[in-house]
Amino acid sequence: MTETIQLTKKDFSSDQDVRWCPGCGDYVILAQVQKTFPNLGISKENIVVVSGIGCSSRFPYYMNTYGFHSIHGRAPAVASGVKLSNPDLSVWVITGDGDAMSIGGNHFIHVLRRNIDMNILLFNNRIYGLTKGQYSPTSEVGKITKSTPMGSLDHPFNPPALAFGASGTFIARTIDKELKHMGNIVAESAKHIGTSFVEIYQNCNIFNDGAFSNLTDREVKSDNVIALEEGLPMLFGKEKDKGLILDGPNFKVVNIGSDYSIDDLIVHNPKDRNLGLLISEMTYDENLPVPIGIFYKEDKPTYDSMMIDQINKAKEKDIDLQSIIKGSNSWNVK
Amino acid sequence: MSKNSSSSEVVTIRFSGDSGDGMQLTGGQFSDNTAIFGNDLNTLPDFPAEIRAPQGTLYGVSSFQMQFGSRNIYTAGDDLDVLVAMNPAALKVHVDDLKEHGLLIINTDNFTPKNLKLAKYEENPLDDSALDKKYRVIKVGMTSLVTEALKDLELTAKEKARSTNMFALGLLYWLYERDMQTTINFLNKKFKNKPLIIDGNVKALKTGFYYGETIEVVKTTYRVDRAKYESGEYRNIMGNQGIALGLLAASHCNDIGLFFGGYPITPASDILHMLSNYKSFGVKTFQAEDEIAGITSAIGAAFSGRLGVTASSGPGIALKGEAIGLAIITELPLVIINIQRGGPSTGLPTKTEQSDLFQAMYGRNGECPCVVVSATSPSDCFEMAYEASRIAVEHMIPVLLLSDGYIANGSEPWKYPDVKELPKFKFNYAVENSEDFNPYERNPETLARKWAIPGFKGLEHRIGGLEKADKTGNVSYDPDNHHLMTQKRQEKVDIIANFIPDATVLGKTSGKLLVIGWGGTFGSIKSAVVKAQEEGLSVSHLHLKYINPFPKNLGEIILNYDKILIPELNMGQLLTVIRAKYLVDAQGYNSIKGKPFSSNEIFEVIKKHLED
Repeated sequence: MTETIQLTKKDFSSDQDVRWCPGCGDYVILAQVQKTFPNLGISKENIVVVSGIGCSSRFPYYMNTYGFHSIHGRAPAVASGVKLSNPDLSVWVITGDGDAMSIGGNHFIHVLRRNIDMNILLFNNRIYGLTKGQYSPTSEVGKITKSTPMGSLDHPFNPPALAFGASGTFIARTIDKELKHMGNIVAESAKHIGTSFVEIYQNCNIFNDGAFSNLTDREVKSDNVIALEEGLPMLFGKEKDKGLILDGPNFKVVNIGSDYSIDDLIVHNPKDRNLGLLISEMTYDENLPVPIGIFYKEDKPTYDSMMIDQINKAKEKDIDLQSIIKGSNSWNVK
Repeated sequence: MSKNSSSSEVVTIRFSGDSGDGMQLTGGQFSDNTAIFGNDLNTLPDFPAEIRAPQGTLYGVSSFQMQFGSRNIYTAGDDLDVLVAMNPAALKVHVDDLKEHGLLIINTDNFTPKNLKLAKYEENPLDDSALDKKYRVIKVGMTSLVTEALKDLELTAKEKARSTNMFALGLLYWLYERDMQTTINFLNKKFKNKPLIIDGNVKALKTGFYYGETIEVVKTTYRVDRAKYESGEYRNIMGNQGIALGLLAASHCNDIGLFFGGYPITPASDILHMLSNYKSFGVKTFQAEDEIAGITSAIGAAFSGRLGVTASSGPGIALKGEAIGLAIITELPLVIINIQRGGPSTGLPTKTEQSDLFQAMYGRNGECPCVVVSATSPSDCFEMAYEASRIAVEHMIPVLLLSDGYIANGSEPWKYPDVKELPKFKFNYAVENSEDFNPYERNPETLARKWAIPGFKGLEHRIGGLEKADKTGNVSYDPDNHHLMTQKRQEKVDIIANFIPDATVLGKTSGKLLVIGWGGTFGSIKSAVVKAQEEGLSVSHLHLKYINPFPKNLGEIILNYDKILIPELNMGQLLTVIRAKYLVDAQGYNSIKGKPFSSNEIFEVIKKHLED
């Protein structure tokens, strides 16, 4: 991190033509990441972007950093090897709902459990795009697709809740259409030391167009989305007239007015684990708005820093290679 | 108490008992002691896949065999001179391998009606004179003698009984005129916080030794003279130890960080265990969540400028297949170690086999050639792990190193090297801020591409599993480019033949029969060929360590013999490769029993081929 020259978005754009379908949500995510990276204070030779397979996983080709487009689902494992080999690098994983939640589910939970310092951006479009339109592990039940003509039968994963179950230390969500929000969340995730997980709701305009329209259409979004801010009451609605209170162990929507005031609302504290769990569980509850923002963050030692500590401790003993090779029971033949 | 001593040249012994009887430890102790004494030796541990198979059963028998002697030893031996049977099941499983008039040492305390039934004996074989007629039998109530000797120690009955293996070891030490000190040192170290356990075990060991000295039954002890070695520094080494040390040396002597990503699997896990102890050298070991994460993390490490290594056995290598392809198309240096075991599927986890050669050669999608090298014995593992690392970084290519269960767990004396004299690797690092850097620009001699490592300025680039354009490495779907790159990946492997040693023949460089082997069959084939040569037969031996590519001179050598015989512990995999490559009518000899060839069996096959 020796670079002092201020980089710009252009510095992070590679010379390759971007090949996503016109209108794909991935374009704005790419642009927002390219805009955010120059402000992270990290020089581009110290950034590695790793991906798996899927539309989103073409991402590294378009970033003028070090990049690795690996194999399906394995990006967190490749990225783990990169980070553990050189902890000075800023490591980013770009993945999708099929890549991270289905074929790569195992790596996803284990990297979170280990808390290796990297940033995972999951582009969730609730559909398989690259294979042309099968339902994904985040598709809603009953999804009619090429592979499920009578509707899908499996219940969807809720990625932030899964991240919670895997002991994630930074869990957040944003939406492709909310550019500023996305930029902020990406920057916050970069600051977090440990595995940060950001779910980005992303529209696939070819195979699942409008999947998030209730969260993005100007007329309705304010009533359906709640943007969480640390230290602020959980307020939402076009007129900022609705909020969340705790009714027993559950959230309940109330109207600000005669019965409730702003002071009655829950104040968001991303360090509160119980609250974080409740927030991530809101996603599929039809009576509650869909949360975006930082659900939860926690300071916890990272695997990579502990690995370095162990190595440094072991190095206190000066052992030479020849004596290891000789072993404890050697003999000489004259 | 008169004691006669007679001298033998070569002896084969086997400790056998229940899998909870500590036979592996006993055998390991005897072999370390034997090595330090100065005999050449070779060992064959054999144990069930279950950690504690039901006690007393036939399938729960664990054994440790070794051959040692005053001349060169290449195998763990065929027929036994001495069999130690700690229970009826062990006797039943192993007694037929004992030579006539061989020494049979039995722990009679375990010959209870229950154990006899579990071993499927109708009658107690100890009551039958048949054993005594065929073998020299020493019947000892080892458990009760040990319990009696330890009666004053505050140990539980179970703890006392568990020292019985030390009694057997002590008896064998006496039989072969050995010093017990190596084992006493070992026990002091192993149980350093449990002084009572040390006392118990040392006492049991001495009780066994003195029992041999005292009792009238054993009239002769055997002295096996020291073997003649070339001068140098030696130690005893197991195959997996050799691999771990070879990787460590490759890393340390060439100033390249070692990253090992792996998932536990028999019989490869010991490599992970050993490397995890070398943190003081900066070695990073990563016990991944699965086999795929094991190799992909190692690929990530290779991308980041480290020596990336993963190790597994057949089933794990199958899972890694797609990732090996990724390492091949991204042209990253990677060492992939397969400690082969019996297959298919879970197969025989603790038994040896050579049936993953096809997997190594062809087991991936697409045209996906991989460098394949193989270790021939425990003491060869160090060199081949070092070689695999060298080829990987010098040629920017994944290298598959094949070992097997026999090599991995077997041990033999090793003349270890002076680390200062190990060859230094030639790296292909890209120069920081180089003008017009192209990730797929190649070294004209090796065709290796440049290694551009994250953190270095001006070398930012992207690689991945999609086909690469020549030179730039950008994604390319161009038909001619794909054809060209496919050829280059093959050529890159083929060209390595210029950078590996020629094959050498043991014996005459032409003649009637050439026996070609690879991997852990080295000892059996060599012993058989030496014996055949001593009998004047026209036979030579060639053992391949480099399989893809083959050494350049292999085709020429093959032409110098009338017949080619290829014994393998598979259905004829090297045979198929050699027949295809050299259009030669080579014949196979194949056995898939989960155990090494005996040298007698190879000797008979050699004779038969020379008669036909």
